[in-house]
Amino acid sequence: MAEAQVVERPVVREKEGSPWTGLWAVVAKEMADHLTSFRMYILEFLIAITAVGTVSAASSAIRSVAGAQPKFLFLKLFTVAQEPFPSFVDFLGFLVPLIAIAMAFDAVNSEFTQHTLARILSQPIYRDALLMGKFLAGLLTQFLIYGAIWLLVFGLGIFWLGVPPTAEEVGRALWLLVATVFYGGVWMAVALFFSVRFRQPATAALASIAVWLFFTVFWPMIASGLAAMIAPIRIGLPEEILAQARWLLALRRIAPGWLYTEILVALLRPEVRTLSIVLPFQLEGAILGQPLPLSQSVLLIWPHLTGLIAATLILFALTYISFQRQEVRA
Amino acid sequence: MARTVIEARNLSKHYNGIVAVDRLNLDIREGEVYGILGPNGSGKTTTILMLLGLTEPTSGSVRVLGWDPTRYPLRVKANVGYIPDQVGFYGDLTAWENLMYTAKLNGIPRQEARKRIAQALERVGLSDVAHRPVRTFSRGMRQRLGVADVLIKDPKIIIMDEPTQGLDPESARQFLDFILELKKEGRTVLLASHLLHQVQAVCDRVGLYYRGKKALEGTVEELARRVLGFAYRILVQVRKDARRLIEPLQRLQGVQRVEIKDDQTLIVHCERDMRPEVAQAVIQQGAQLLRLDMEMPSLDDVYTRYFQEVRHGRGAGG
Repeated sequence: MAEAQVVERPVVREKEGSPWTGLWAVVAKEMADHLTSFRMYILEFLIAITAVGTVSAASSAIRSVAGAQPKFLFLKLFTVAQEPFPSFVDFLGFLVPLIAIAMAFDAVNSEFTQHTLARILSQPIYRDALLMGKFLAGLLTQFLIYGAIWLLVFGLGIFWLGVPPTAEEVGRALWLLVATVFYGGVWMAVALFFSVRFRQPATAALASIAVWLFFTVFWPMIASGLAAMIAPIRIGLPEEILAQARWLLALRRIAPGWLYTEILVALLRPEVRTLSIVLPFQLEGAILGQPLPLSQSVLLIWPHLTGLIAATLILFALTYISFQRQEVRA
Repeated sequence: MARTVIEARNLSKHYNGIVAVDRLNLDIREGEVYGILGPNGSGKTTTILMLLGLTEPTSGSVRVLGWDPTRYPLRVKANVGYIPDQVGFYGDLTAWENLMYTAKLNGIPRQEARKRIAQALERVGLSDVAHRPVRTFSRGMRQRLGVADVLIKDPKIIIMDEPTQGLDPESARQFLDFILELKKEGRTVLLASHLLHQVQAVCDRVGLYYRGKKALEGTVEELARRVLGFAYRILVQVRKDARRLIEPLQRLQGVQRVEIKDDQTLIVHCERDMRPEVAQAVIQQGAQLLRLDMEMPSLDDVYTRYFQEVRHGRGAGG
């Protein structure tokens, strides 16, 4: 490199001020929107009656066998299902993506259709604050909704079961809350991405739901097919069967729904010691049915939780780049 | 002379290979109302977005109040109010809530914000609908709310993009009055439009844009003189026999030519306002003067003529 070129290097164009200027104003406005919109009333009502219904069914089931299972009653409120109703966590598995998508699919494109974007961006804030504020408001709203639902479940539990929850149960429920919010976060980031890419909110909503359907309905089938292709069982050796099962599990874990289900299992059923494939010889010396302490269960879901958070952040980063590059003109 | 508050040098913007703005130079002085005129797609909005730092210029430089909008966007945006074309508000929020959001984004303390919102709404005549959701507002009300919205941050410069488009004549007139009021307060107003008579009514200076370039610039009179070749037309109507007035009028100092319309009407083209001299001359000739009128050169004429010439490849300037 010639000296002259180094000298002529353009001055680094650093921008003044923090990209977070105005962030909290955006968060407050967006949260107020979420919490007062009719759309959210419907979903909140839906999740509240689901919680009451499943928890009442679960508590009556628990009471009938209470003597036999004194441990972790409150966690069973989430998981016990009484035919014909699924358990509360089964409902959560699809209500959470629905709520998340409903909150974000028109986040950015509605600013275009309402012609508010140019006016808002002409205020002394950076674009970063607008997008970040919307996303943060979505996460906080989810925290608020699920926090309220969790309290509802525990309140009903105390009322119907007549015993207070233990610290361990509260701890597990709190971890579950974090996992639920980030499970929602992934879907919110997907919807937010489409809301930046597509000008029509309806298109963004459909695209988000398509992705969700793909991962819930089709991905398990595709995963089995792929696993069979990558690690075919030729002669039926145990190694072959094991390899295919490992591939299947690894592929399935690409779907956020699967990760969330595994988190639910590990957190709500303390006796679960592993989420992977276990061979009989690995269980030698283990006292089966003994619950793990919370810290061990958390260790078990740690990769899943980081996976969900990482997916959320990566999707958000993509959205962010795409939004930064977009022209303000419609 | 007033200081320059907006300055652009060789400003260009290319979108996917299309040149939207081409080496533009612009100087807007403090306290003036400047009109950017031009057909659709002539780069008006792009220029505005670059002034606000909402779009990065491909090349060239901009200074707004002495700051570069690409490097100090927050400072620029805190001092410049922008009313986009089809200004939008959140339909579910009330007028007051929309303005409060603007105030918060500008970091104005709550107490101060309340005061400013009340004042701004009062000024644009929306006080009694302050707590109604904006979705119930008419186009004219929204546009007025747009003015209230920029007043919240008490800007030094206000930029408006097609502010009167789609307004009924009464609302449009009201809007132009706002612009003149803002000017009286010492604010600089930059107005992009293609509604010529409105631009003419409020603008001190006008820049005519064509295909991303500034083709002409000046006061309406200057433009008229350059494009149409005259500045003032005086219409004279007498009872009869107008023809005999041609010669004496032509002899007056400053008259360029006299055109006869019919037996009663003459049009005197002159280089300044010569109404008294013309009247005197007519009376002296013993004619019975019925009407004496000065036609201001119309921006419409300038615009039409200019673009006709451009289309025939004889464009002046650009």
